[in-house]
Order: sequence, then C-alpha cells, then structure tokens
Amino acid sequence: MPSTVSLIWLVVLLPFLGFLANGWLSFFRPDAKRLVSGIGVGVLVASFLVTLIVVSGLAGAAEGAPYIQTLWSWMPSGELQIGLSLQVDQLSAVMLLVVTGVGALIHVFSIGYMRDDDSYPRYFAFLNLFVFFMLLLVLGANFPVLFIGWEGVGLCSYLLIGYWYSEEANASAGKKAFIMNRIGDFGLLIAMFMIYRSTGSLNFVEVFASAPSAFVINGPTITLITLFLFLGCVGKSAQIPLYTWLPDAMAGPTPVSALIHAATMVTAGVYLIARTNVLYAMAPFSGAVVALTGAATALFAATIALKQWDIKKVLAYSTISQLGYMFMAVGMGAYAAGVFHLVTHAFFKALLFLGSGSVIYGLHHAYHQTHNEDDAQDMRNMGGLSRMMPWTTGVMWIATAAIAGAPFLSGFFSKDQILAVAFARGQDATVFYVIWALGAVAALLTAFYMTRLMLYTFHGLNRTGAEELQHLREAPWIMTAPLVVLAVGAFFGGLINLPHVLPGAGGLEHWLEPATEASAQYLAEVHLSAGLEWGLMGLATVIAAAGVFGAWRLLDSDSLVPASEAPEETGIQKILLRKYYVDELYDTYIVRPTAWLSQRVLWRIVDDGVIDGAAVNGLAKVTQFLGWVGTRFQTGNLGTYVILFVVGALWLLSATLR
Amino acid sequence: MSALLSGIGYERWVLDVLMILPLVGALGVALGPQLWPAVAVKKIALGVALAEFVVSMGLWWAFDPTIASMQFEVQHDWIPEWGVTYHLGIDGISLFMVLLTTFTMPLAVLSSWNYITEREGPFYSLLLVLTTGMLGVFVALDMFLFYVLWEVMLIPMYFLIGAWGGARRMYAAIKFFVYTFLGSLLMLVAILVMYYVVGRETGVYTFSYAHLVENAQYVGPWAFWLFAAFALAFAIKVPMFPFHTWLPDAHVEAPTPASVLLAGILLKMGTYGFLRFALPFFPEVALHPAVVAIVVPLAVVGIIYGALVAMVQPDFKKLIAYSSVSHLGFVMLGIWALTLQSVQGAIVIMINHGISTGALFFMAGMMYERRHTREISAFGGIARVVPAFATILTLVALSSIGLPGTNGFVGEFLVLIGSFGEYPIATAFATTGVIFAALYLLVALQKILFGKLHPDNEKMPDLSVRELFVLSPLVVCIVWIGVYPAPILHRIETSAQALVTQVRSQVSGQTQVSVPTQLPVVGNVEEGGGSGEGGGVPAATETTVSSLLPPPSSLVSPAGGSD
Repeated sequence: MPSTVSLIWLVVLLPFLGFLANGWLSFFRPDAKRLVSGIGVGVLVASFLVTLIVVSGLAGAAEGAPYIQTLWSWMPSGELQIGLSLQVDQLSAVMLLVVTGVGALIHVFSIGYMRDDDSYPRYFAFLNLFVFFMLLLVLGANFPVLFIGWEGVGLCSYLLIGYWYSEEANASAGKKAFIMNRIGDFGLLIAMFMIYRSTGSLNFVEVFASAPSAFVINGPTITLITLFLFLGCVGKSAQIPLYTWLPDAMAGPTPVSALIHAATMVTAGVYLIARTNVLYAMAPFSGAVVALTGAATALFAATIALKQWDIKKVLAYSTISQLGYMFMAVGMGAYAAGVFHLVTHAFFKALLFLGSGSVIYGLHHAYHQTHNEDDAQDMRNMGGLSRMMPWTTGVMWIATAAIAGAPFLSGFFSKDQILAVAFARGQDATVFYVIWALGAVAALLTAFYMTRLMLYTFHGLNRTGAEELQHLREAPWIMTAPLVVLAVGAFFGGLINLPHVLPGAGGLEHWLEPATEASAQYLAEVHLSAGLEWGLMGLATVIAAAGVFGAWRLLDSDSLVPASEAPEETGIQKILLRKYYVDELYDTYIVRPTAWLSQRVLWRIVDDGVIDGAAVNGLAKVTQFLGWVGTRFQTGNLGTYVILFVVGALWLLSATLR
Repeated sequence: MSALLSGIGYERWVLDVLMILPLVGALGVALGPQLWPAVAVKKIALGVALAEFVVSMGLWWAFDPTIASMQFEVQHDWIPEWGVTYHLGIDGISLFMVLLTTFTMPLAVLSSWNYITEREGPFYSLLLVLTTGMLGVFVALDMFLFYVLWEVMLIPMYFLIGAWGGARRMYAAIKFFVYTFLGSLLMLVAILVMYYVVGRETGVYTFSYAHLVENAQYVGPWAFWLFAAFALAFAIKVPMFPFHTWLPDAHVEAPTPASVLLAGILLKMGTYGFLRFALPFFPEVALHPAVVAIVVPLAVVGIIYGALVAMVQPDFKKLIAYSSVSHLGFVMLGIWALTLQSVQGAIVIMINHGISTGALFFMAGMMYERRHTREISAFGGIARVVPAFATILTLVALSSIGLPGTNGFVGEFLVLIGSFGEYPIATAFATTGVIFAALYLLVALQKILFGKLHPDNEKMPDLSVRELFVLSPLVVCIVWIGVYPAPILHRIETSAQALVTQVRSQVSGQTQVSVPTQLPVVGNVEEGGGSGEGGGVPAATETTVSSLLPPPSSLVSPAGGSD
C-alpha cells in the first residue's frame, strides 16, 4: 500500500481541530465570523484534498486488501483487544469522498445561510464535530470505533436539531432524534455482543474472515445478529418504525438537514449493511426483511410527502423514502447499487435541501424587512419564485429531474439498478416482485410530489404578498455556487456506475469489488437479459413521466391560498397531512404509558408506597410501636411496678411448677 | 518515576501517610482557629486534601500492574490477643478506589468553599476523618480493621447530613444511619462467625483477610448465612434494588460535598465489598444458580427501574440519586457475570460513576447556590446566560448516558460484552438501560438548559473560576478515560483476572460434586475427616428454606471447598 494512504489520520484530525478552534472561539471571540468561516470551511476543504490523495493512493495499490492504521490501543481487556483503528478500503473511500466533498460544499453554503446568526462559531464547531464523527464512522476498523462515530453523529444531530434551543419544539425534536436513535443503538450493541461471542473479535477483517466458519447460513445466530444490526440501521436511517424523528429534525438549520439528514448521517445504516455484507449474505432471511422494510418505507414515506406543505417536510419524507430504496438494494445483496444510490442521493438531496434553504433564506429576509410573522417554509406562502430566484429554480429542477428519474440523470440510473435487481430476483422468490412493485409505485409518487413541490414553490401565482415580493431576491453567490457544483453532480453522477447495457458500465461496482467480493459466493447471480434491462429502463422513464405529467395536470397551483387562509383539510388528505397519526399513536401507546408507569406506579406506588412506606418505614413504625409499648410499663408509679412484679413472679412460678 | 519513588521508600510509607494525614489534618482544622487564627480552616483542609492527592498520585507509577497480589503492604500489631492487626495493602481492584477518593476530596473541599459558612471547623474536620475512613475501607486487609473503618466512615457522614443538610436532614440522616447500620451489624456477626469457625478449624485465630479467604471453605454450611449477611450489608450500601430508598433521601438532604462523596465513594464500598469479600469468601454461594437467579435480575431491575423513576423526578438531586441506582446495577451485573471484561468494566464504572455523578452533584449544588431550589422546573433556557455551565453539564450528562468517547461508554461496554456470554437475556435487558439513560438525562437537560428563559434566571452568573477548578479535573477525566482507558485497564487487569480465576476455580471444582453443598439439610451433616477430600461433602437433596439452617454440629464439619 503506498504511503499516501497512511495520511488517513489527517483526514479525521482536521475537522476535529476545526471543532476545537471554533469551540474556543465561540467562548472567547464570538464575533470573529470571518475567522470562524475560514477555519470551519478550511479544515473541510483540506480534509477533502487529503482524502483525494488517500483515495488515489488506494486506487494505485496493487492488492485490494484494506489498509488498517491503529492509532492506539483503546479498550484492551484480556482477549478482547479493541484498538482505535482506522480502515481504508474501497467502500470507506467512497464514503470519505461523499462526506468531505459534499460536506465541504455545505459548509461553504452555511457561511451565507448562517451569516446573521448570534452563535455562528458554535454552529461551525458542531458542524466540524459532525464531520469528524462521520469520518470516524466510515473509517472505523472495528465495530466499537464505528460505534463512536455512530453515536457521535447522533450527538451532533441532537445538538444541531436543537441548535435554536430557545424554541421548546426544536429542543424536543433533538431529544426525540437522540432517543429514537438510541433504540436503534441498543440493537447495534446486542449485535456486537453476539458477534464477539461467536467470532471472538470485533475487528471487521477478523469477523468477516471467520464468519464462514462461525456461522451457519441462515442459522438463528447470524439471522439474529443481522436483524439486531438492522435495528440500529432502522434508527439511524429513519426506516419504519423508527422514522418519525427525521421529519421533526427539520427544526435544525437547513444546511444541517442537507448534510446530516440527507447526504451523510442517515445513510450510515446503508453503509453499515454494505460494510457487513458478508454477514447479510449469509442471512438471506434478514436480507429479505431489510429489503421489504426498505420497500415499504419507500412507498409509505412517499405517500406522506404527497400532502406536506412545509417544503422541508416534503424533502424529509422524500429522504426517508429514498433511504428505503437503498435498503431495498443492500437487503437484496446489491451492495454496489445501494452505495450507488447513496452517492447520487447525496448529490441531489443535498442540492434540494440547500435549494430549499436558499428559498427559505430569501423569504425569511423579505419577511424580516416587512415584519411578517408567517411561516417561511410553508409552500402555500410561496409560489412564482422562479422570477426572483432563477439560479435556485434551475438547479432545483435538475435535482428534481434526477430524483424523479428523468433519463440519463444520476437518480435514473441508481434507482433503475435497484429496481432491476428486484425484478431479476423475483424470478427466484415472489417476494422480490412485491418489492419491485412497491419501489415502482414509490417512484411514481416521487415524481409526483417533487413536481408538486416545484410547481407550488417556483411557479404559478405568487402568494408571498406584494410588499414581500419587493424584497425577494436570489441568494448571494456563496450560497448559489455550491448549488451549481452539486447540480453538476446530480446531473452526471450516474456516470460512475452505468448499467450493463451501456458502454463503460459498472464502474462503482467494479471499484467496490474488493470490499464486497467475500459475500459473492453466498448470493445468487443477478441475471437480466439486455432486452429486459432496456425494457425496465423504458418503464422507469414512463413512470417518471407519468408522475411529472400527472402532477402538472392534476394540481392547480393557482387555486392555492396562503397558509393562514387555507381551509381545514378533510378525509384522506387530512390523514396524509397528519402523517397517518403515527406520532399520536406512539404518544398514546408508548410515551404516555411509560411516563404513567414511571410516575404513578414505579415512583409513587412501588418506591414511595411499598418499599419505603410499607417495608422500610413500616419496619421503623413497628420498632417505634414496640418501644412505645415498653414505655407504657415505665410509669414511675411504684404500685404498677409491684403489680407487674407479682404477675411476672406468679407466671414464672406457674411455668416452673407445671 | 517509579525509580524515584522507590528511592524514597514510597511503597513502605505511602499507605500509612495516606491514612494518618487526614486525621492530623482534622486535628489541625479543629485546633486551627486557636493556633493560627489568621488562616481560614478551609484553606488548611484544602491543603491537606491536596497533599493527600499528591502523595497518592505516586501509586499510579509505583503500582506494578503485573502483580496480582497486594502491594504497598504495611502491617503492625494492633490487638495481638485477638489476632487483630493493622494491615493495609493495595491491588488493582482497590488502587483506583483509593485514587478516586484522594482525587475527589480536594474538589469536595473546594465545592464547600462558599456553601458552608457555619461551623466550618467541625465540617472540614468531619470531611477529613471521613477521608481516612473511606480510604481505610478500600485498603484494609484485616477484617476487624475493615469493620471499624466501615463504621468510622458512617459517623462523619451522619453528621454531615444531619447538621449541614436540607430541610428534612434529620429524617434523612437517621434513615441513612439506621439502614446502613443494620447491614453492617449483620456483617459484624458474619465476620465474628468466620473468625471463630476458621480459628477453630485451623488453630489460628486471626482477622487477617488473607488467612480467612484461604480457609473460608471451613465455614461450610454456614456459608449461605454468612454470605447473606455480607451481601445484605453491601447491597444496602450499593444500593441494590429494593434496598435503595435511603439513597434519594440522603442525597437530596445532604450538602453538596456530602452528596458527592456519598455517590462517588461510599456507594462503591458496597460493590467493592462484593468484589473483595463476598465473592472470594463464598464463591459457591455467590455463583449458586439460586443466588444468581436473585442477584442478576435485581441488578437488571435496578438498571431499568432506577432509570424510569429518575425520569419523572422533579428534583434534580433526586434524579441523580435514582440514576445511581441504575448505574450501580450495571456494576452488580458485571461483578456477577465474573468474566475479566465484566469485572474490569464494573471497576471502570465504579470510577466513572464517581467522576460523572460527582460532577452532576457538584453542578446540582452550583444550581442550588444560584437559585436556592433543586426543582428542575425552576430552570429552563439557561444555556443562553450560562454557556460554560451548559457546555459542561451537557458533557457530563453525555458521559452519564454512556456516549462513546466519554468514560461512561468504556465501563458499560465492557460490562455488557463481558456479561453477555454468561447471561445473554439479562444482559440484553440491561442494555435497554442505554435507552432509558438517554431518556432521563436528556429530558432533564432540556428542562434545565433549553426552552424559554425564565425572567428569574436572566441574571444568573456563569461558572466562577473556583467552580471551573472543581469541574475541570472531572471533565478531563471524562474525556481521558473515554478515549484512552488502556493505562487504567492495564493496571486493573492482573488483579481482576486473578479474582475471576480464583472464584471460578473454586466453583468449578465443586460443581460436579453437588451444587447445593453449601446449603445442607438439617441433621444430614456428617463429621468429615479432614479437609482434603473434595468429595467428602454432605450432598443436599433439596434446598428449601428450612434446610438452609445450619445445625450447631456443622460448625466443625468441613463442608465444601477445594484445597
């Protein structure tokens, strides 16, 4: 392995130094915004450049084995030797490029977006810290180091969702995200314990090497391990049933939504399954569960996205839905396809979020000028913005085309590959046809709700108010420039992994082979004839077109009224708007009963009543009573003593005489 | 460093100095106002506590991690007629309890600086006497000495709560005292029985820990009852569910430094007692399936129950108190799983709990000094006015939650991964504790730091320099142990491994013979001839409660025990 790969520690260290510096500034020089931006963005760009060097070193390496760097011994305990170790291989390289590349762009965008924020250094400190943990997540050479990153990104997510913590709702949303993630982390921990028990190690290389001998294919152990791992993924990547935190997470600043809740952190679950591909390949049942959960989530979240008015909520549900596609892929053993969609999604979804951030920024400024208190994220308060924001509108259309699956854009290829695999697998088991169908319908809805978002936001009549319209303008170049770069990625991203029927096909798939080849022996060959592959691509095009056209024809953006004047929704519309009442369901059947149990039963009845009241103080009362009884005899009255003495003596006498 | 230390004969005098220095200091504090009226007693106390810490720091380097047995031993005759000696020593299990104590004391003194304004002399004297008591419990190698020190440390704590505590201080102090005392009296009886039985069998009447642990098998049928007495004393101290209700009261009413010491050090004496005495003395009882079936579920119940009850506490100190019940449940699980990882993890949690919960109590005290209330609802949104406080409170809470990268994770992870092989189901339930811990701490964090700022809190001052001095060492430890715990684990490993091996070997040597040997049937105990025969043990057919009572004759029967 060339020595350049050994620079990997620097990739991780740089964002951490940025965190320390910006954290220091947030206390001692909170107004040094230029310095903060310089550091915050500088470390990311530097980290990205070092990543390029590292990855090129990896690409030039003759052998495909992962490069492992142990920084120090972390938790050594007998035969359990856990080092703070980093692992560079083809899979982590892809993730590294996404995290540092897209991350750097979002950092640049943040300079403009957060310009007027009171605690600017704190924002960049958290953002740098997030990147540090995310890098640790994708670079960890063993499960515990991955887990540092895994929980660390959750922490930063918590801190950044609740960034504007003076609003109770924001703080609550952060807390909800953390706790729901922790439910998933419980699964990840149990999986780790089981893996350690079965293989005697937690290092990826050793675990995967010993997996074939340690586990029986489709046996109960490997199935349980992979299902518990998947529980961790469900929490982190917001799949059914632990998805409800992600829409609430939109309370954070919009660049945070782009970075954490679209491009990087929420894809960690997909990464984890791709990383542990050997384990999943040996557990086909778990794989089917993963794929089915993903497909169900893809469709379910897409239906909710149809009826949301908050522009970021639409994108949040869209993210959940797209993550569902990725899980479909990795669940079916199509690891490269899953990672491919992860990459293209990072481009177009980051772009969509930043674009919506650009809109919110503009609207917010206009509202600020006119002292308007309306919701700057409600699409009913937008409309016709394309005239004021041409750049934003343009790049948003590119992203929309990409996610909707317009031919030859990035999302077209990545989504098509997933559906193609599902269709091909359907020949072995019918369940995959179901998965394919769910994915296909979700694709239709995706095209529909994205077109709806674009129509309501940028086209039709303007609903911002005449005075506000005067103040609406395009965001500064520091925000639009990253959008343009991302748009290039969203447009051409598909080139990295073209389908088999096109020339130059399977680039990413081939690149990832060293990281996934160990699982190949357990997976059935995916075979699709060229004709069928063309046919599926054609079908995907029709579906996308139907979605776009349907939205165009069915929706009447001119009849929309601003949110404050909008009538109450009814029927299915209301159910969708209220997200199938899942939050209410969780609240009624889980949150409240737990609180009630803790408050009324455990604390008041068990602790205060039974243990402390009856047992402990009851014992004390009995002792006190016996003492009191004793005192009754100590009257100080000689006559009483004489009587007691005589009674006692007689009793003794009678006892001995008997 | 270790060469330098051995050059000054450090290993010969360190424990004597650590034991005597606080007592001298206490005397100095008591006499201080007469002798040196110009010097504030709190400065003397701080000086003594710091000197104590500096002296103890040498242990870090002088301690030889490759030796499983006791180090820095000192032994002087005390009451030779009874076989009582003043015998101290440290191994990898007690090392960090000693360091934790000496580390916490200066911080406790510093946190009392402005809080204690009345009767300073007695206050700091008691604090220093308490230091000797606490250290003594961790280093005593003579059961008599151990018992005396165990009680010695009870008295100052009683007065610290009773005299300087909150509104219901007398109730809390008496409850604390009576509860703990009940347990320790039973332990005293158990120690005396061991002394007589082992003395009779071996001909050597001594309270020496080494002698008793070596010959503990002679207690034979008494083992269950003796174990029960020790276990009850320790379980109350830990405190294990359901013996925990003294803790919330004592914590809430105690002044800040007493709360910190109570949580940070005193609770560890319970778990330390299990590790040092209850398990090595009575391994077969401790690991008997019937006992395991009680202890392990109670540990897990403690984890979940403590967390759930903590979640709904309106009083911040009470919340922390119940969180201790939860954390100590992990320690108990780790001890009972008895693998190297789980025991190392248990000791690390004991250290962590001292640091993190100590820090939480310090911060609860700082909140109280500012607002004169412990009600969580009195706060809210204060992150904006006290950013430094908010940052540290968040970090400490995260450590308590067990976030990887902080100390909390290392201990919990080792305990859980070490326990999973032994008790997978119980460990899985215990692991849900990571969810509940996040629940109660984040709820509290939100109510205290986030949301709308109450007008009463707008003028709240941020941390003072003195308060930063109290919290910074704790913060450093939280990160250091989280990121690089290897030096600590390394120092614990040999002793922990020796303990695991010793206890397990005695159990495995017996299991084939008959598991319930230590629970003999009344009247079915024969006089055994000598101790050599592993199989010469009365086999019990059933283990009903009545059968647990040892007959007087069994006093001399060598039931159980490998050679």
